[in-house]
Amino acid sequence: MSSPLLTTEDLSIGYVNDQAEPVAVISSINLTLGRGETLGLVGESGCGKSTLLLALMAYQKAGLQRLGGRLEFLGEDMVAMSARDLQKLRGGQMALIPQNAGQALTPTMRIESQIFEALRLHSNLGMAAWRSRSIELLERVQLARPGEMLKRYPHELSGGQQQRVAIAMALAGEPDLLLLDEPTTGLDVTTQVHVLDLLRDIVAETQTAMIYVSHDIGVISAVCEKIAIMYAGELVELGEKQQLINQPAHPYTQGLLDSIPKLHQSRLPVGMEGRQPQPGLRDFSSQCVFLDRCGHAQPICEQSKPGLLKLPGQAVKCHFGEQTLALKDLATGSQVAKPEGFSKVVLQVSDLCVSYDRPSLKRRIMGDKADLTVQDIAFEIRQGEILGLVGESGSGKSTLLKTVAGLQQPLSGSMVLNEKFDLSYAVGKRAPECQQRIQLVFQNPDASLNPSHTIEEILARPIALYFGGSESAISEEIDQMLERVNLPVAYRHRYPGQLSGGEKQRIAIARALVAKPDLILCDEITSALDVSVQASIMKLLLRLRDESQLAILFVSHDLAVVNALADQVVVLQQGRIRESGRVYDVFSSPEHEYTQSLLASVL
Amino acid sequence: MLQLIARRFVFALVTLWAVSVVVFTAVELLPGDACQAFLGQMAQGQRLDNCRSRYQLDQPAQVRYLKWAKGLLAGDLGQSIKRDKPLKEIIGPRFRNTVILGLSAALLGIPMAILLGAIAALYRDQRVDIWISGIAIFCMTVPEFITGTLLISFFAVWLGWLPGIVIMRADAPLLEVLSNIVLPVITLTLVMVAHIMRMVRTSMINVLASEFVLMGNLKGLPRWQLVLRHALPNALLPAINLIALNIAWLMGGVLVVEVVFNYPGIGRLSVNAISDRDFALVQAIALLMASIYIGLNLIADLISLLLNPRLRNQQGAG
Amino acid sequence: MTSLKLILTAIGSSRSGLLGLSMVGLHLLFALTSPWLVPYSFDSQSEIIGHIGPSFQHWGGLDTLGRDVLTRTMLGGRQAILITLLGTLLAVSWGGFFGIVAGYSGGRVDEAIMRCIDIFLAVPFMIFLLLIIATYGNDPDVMILTLGFFYGIGVVRLARAATLEVVVKDYVLSAKARGEGIYSIIFREILPNVRDVLLVEAAMRWSWMLLAFSALSFLGFGITPPTPDWGLMIASARIYLPLAPWPVLLPMIALSSLIIGINLTADALAKSLGLDRITRTVI
Repeated sequence: MSSPLLTTEDLSIGYVNDQAEPVAVISSINLTLGRGETLGLVGESGCGKSTLLLALMAYQKAGLQRLGGRLEFLGEDMVAMSARDLQKLRGGQMALIPQNAGQALTPTMRIESQIFEALRLHSNLGMAAWRSRSIELLERVQLARPGEMLKRYPHELSGGQQQRVAIAMALAGEPDLLLLDEPTTGLDVTTQVHVLDLLRDIVAETQTAMIYVSHDIGVISAVCEKIAIMYAGELVELGEKQQLINQPAHPYTQGLLDSIPKLHQSRLPVGMEGRQPQPGLRDFSSQCVFLDRCGHAQPICEQSKPGLLKLPGQAVKCHFGEQTLALKDLATGSQVAKPEGFSKVVLQVSDLCVSYDRPSLKRRIMGDKADLTVQDIAFEIRQGEILGLVGESGSGKSTLLKTVAGLQQPLSGSMVLNEKFDLSYAVGKRAPECQQRIQLVFQNPDASLNPSHTIEEILARPIALYFGGSESAISEEIDQMLERVNLPVAYRHRYPGQLSGGEKQRIAIARALVAKPDLILCDEITSALDVSVQASIMKLLLRLRDESQLAILFVSHDLAVVNALADQVVVLQQGRIRESGRVYDVFSSPEHEYTQSLLASVL
Repeated sequence: MLQLIARRFVFALVTLWAVSVVVFTAVELLPGDACQAFLGQMAQGQRLDNCRSRYQLDQPAQVRYLKWAKGLLAGDLGQSIKRDKPLKEIIGPRFRNTVILGLSAALLGIPMAILLGAIAALYRDQRVDIWISGIAIFCMTVPEFITGTLLISFFAVWLGWLPGIVIMRADAPLLEVLSNIVLPVITLTLVMVAHIMRMVRTSMINVLASEFVLMGNLKGLPRWQLVLRHALPNALLPAINLIALNIAWLMGGVLVVEVVFNYPGIGRLSVNAISDRDFALVQAIALLMASIYIGLNLIADLISLLLNPRLRNQQGAG
Repeated sequence: MTSLKLILTAIGSSRSGLLGLSMVGLHLLFALTSPWLVPYSFDSQSEIIGHIGPSFQHWGGLDTLGRDVLTRTMLGGRQAILITLLGTLLAVSWGGFFGIVAGYSGGRVDEAIMRCIDIFLAVPFMIFLLLIIATYGNDPDVMILTLGFFYGIGVVRLARAATLEVVVKDYVLSAKARGEGIYSIIFREILPNVRDVLLVEAAMRWSWMLLAFSALSFLGFGITPPTPDWGLMIASARIYLPLAPWPVLLPMIALSSLIIGINLTADALAKSLGLDRITRTVI
């Protein structure tokens, strides 16, 4: 290893609270990165990984400050650097590729002037060479028709194109170190694969070092050699990729890896109980941060903070780093018993076509067909069965879900509930029984629970609407339901804003369940959640299915989740069904080439 | 693009027409008519009928509206019965004076407001911001007639630097107007700057928190370049329409300012016209002010279209 | 989520909010109790006719007609506060209603309502305010109705914008999917989430309406003398300002402190509710 490119020593970032005490958001970060090395920083939301990434550029968002520690780049102390020197460094020798390129590009400036700006600041090229160099850069990131792209504004590009422009801009200063903040999170899986390929190429070709932040360990292992795991603002484990994935030493790493659903094994992932501590609520300076959630905690974990224990090929912040290695295999998920379908068909969809545009009179006279968002859809769900509906954005999977829910009018075709109710009306015109028997759970519980209502009000409403009953009866039912979704009864007086993401999603599921439905429609209900929470929601869903013989239509873009959860699967592309069947059959021997490419994109 | 501009134009014209109907109807609905007002409450019989037929007030409302509208299209505002003069002659010079007053205040105020707003946002919650914002609240909330009164007693009476109230004919030459408007302009500008500055500040704070400004920082952009090239244009875009709305609304305040300073503009004229119940004059002024408002909005729309690439692509955004 | 207590603590948590709130509270208290507190009757004239500075008997001095300035200032806000408060209530009610309906319905209903609003916005309301008062007199109910109407126009735009942000939320969709009726959705799901916006707006409207009301008085279209009113007092005494500042300064301070107090409160409220965005405008 050559002399280090970037070193941090006990770097801590945080804020000073009302009592004038320092509160660390990230603490005691020790990192060393050599030239050309690639490091992946993995952690769940709120662990401070983005804060750390910005801190590596000696930048803190408003309200945060450096509480202590050193930061060196190429042997120079970045903390002591003048603003002018920092400006030269940022975007020059070290460049950031942002999470959401669509918002990180200035909307009022052409791509051209934004790249020129980077060249003017960070290269010695004369003005005359800017254009040709820009085209070169855009070609480098494999953007088609670079000359034309330069003239465009950010909003005129697709998400993948915007991300490529952001990468090109970062390359303008020929950096020694690239910092990436979840650059593929907003992209479709197939686009993600292309962007990751590109990044790998760039690293291989230019010997640029890279620090890649992501919540997705799959993405990280596709591009990085080393992996660091972050939890509650601390680096808890650090190691070579293979070693860390195969032999995680920290209990948190083990839990994290166990909670990731995998495509090649159809077992249910194991979730982690508890919740990541928030900065400022408790002082962990003389305790292990993972104490509350650790299954192997001993008295010593409460009395002293573990140091970084060096093992061959990895380092771990745990008192029992060596022992836990041996405990690894204890936690394995239960194999899901996939029931054979029950005889009763809950939902039968046939020849369904949906269109968003209302055909104008002129077009109807001309005999033009409307633009169909989804067409010729046919499938059925039986009692106690989970049907996974997979596809990328724009595949029409959400439209299909809305149509079943009655929020979107179908153009033609039929939907039948319980073999007798016609569902081809908008929800308001359906029989009350239909309204009650189909319930919907949304992707983002922040948006699907009314922030001005208490949990009690949220859960009482469907009961009052469909069944009525006395206040005390409703109240008792709410208590039972909260217990069923593993939430304390005391939560009934809280507001959604006082709950964590996973808890909110449990409430959303509970709201669907109090209506005693036959069919629950789930719209990406786990994708806004962290993996460990996702695993516990999946477990809950399966238990509820078994208890109440629910039929579930589960829409997701995540094949691994569908693999672990669903019995049947329907693959959707551009509004058409490409393939369908039992999950095991479809995923183990996909016939349609689109299914194959989707499966190949799973990391 | 051209189609969009054309749409806005047509839309503005339709609104103007609708406003003319509203103004006409509203005045029409009020009890009494111009002749009654002219001749007095007690007037009855032949004199009233004569007057009405002379000014064609005995015709049905829609006929009179059409005549009025036709006249407007030809540039004829009509005739004031009370003042016995064509309205054009009455309004013309006073309208010029008000435009001079408003324009000076806007030209002085808008750049100042943008500058102060940007500074306040950049130094948010620091001493500069607290001072600027505090003074702005003060200017915004103290009624114009109080500011005006205070300014007069300070500059005119105490220091004797400037004329306190304006004593000039409505059709005074431009130079004389300009020498008289310092205090009215300051009064108007204070309110205008306060309102616009607050909007620019809020907008700028939002933009400064955006990801592209963070990205600009991490791209190594010097601060002033980041502010001028990236932040400010994006902060001003959503503010343009609001600035126009505010200016138009503050023109309502012109009325008070003109009375305070005895300034011969259409604001004071309208107050007089209402006191005299000179309905034709009121109608004409109301329509004129409405067209200023619509015109300002149209200009703001066009500027936004020119500066905002997103809007340009949005076909038929209305 | 915001009961009155929560709102008050939210405002009181910032220094400027606390200041504003106490200014407004003091004014309201005065408006309610001042008839029993004033040292003199509002129209009783002293034997000395003409201006007199502050003295032991007359803390605020006497005005041209020899009336006690302090008394008149203490009483001078009651009409204005009552009329503008009711006007604000009216404005926010009708504006909020149409705004929410427009935002929720969308399509042609929305188009129709908004086009009307565009037209009304273009009408110079100050002129019509004066015209209506000149024609129908300055009865409080005429004032409340006209002020309430003209100041509600802007509320429609704002309530619509706030509603548009709410209707796309999944909880509204969820209510639709549950089969809820339109009134249930508007009152249960939308209104509680638009309420904060309307509350802040109401406070701002109130302060602007006070400004307009005082301007009306100043122009001679507001309260009929000899009833004391700040705007009127300033208008009648302002030419003597260099000679006798008290009859002008006292009502000036009273009026300005009320309006500034309302603005500080509204700002603090908006900030603590996370609403300090650019949608706020005088229109």
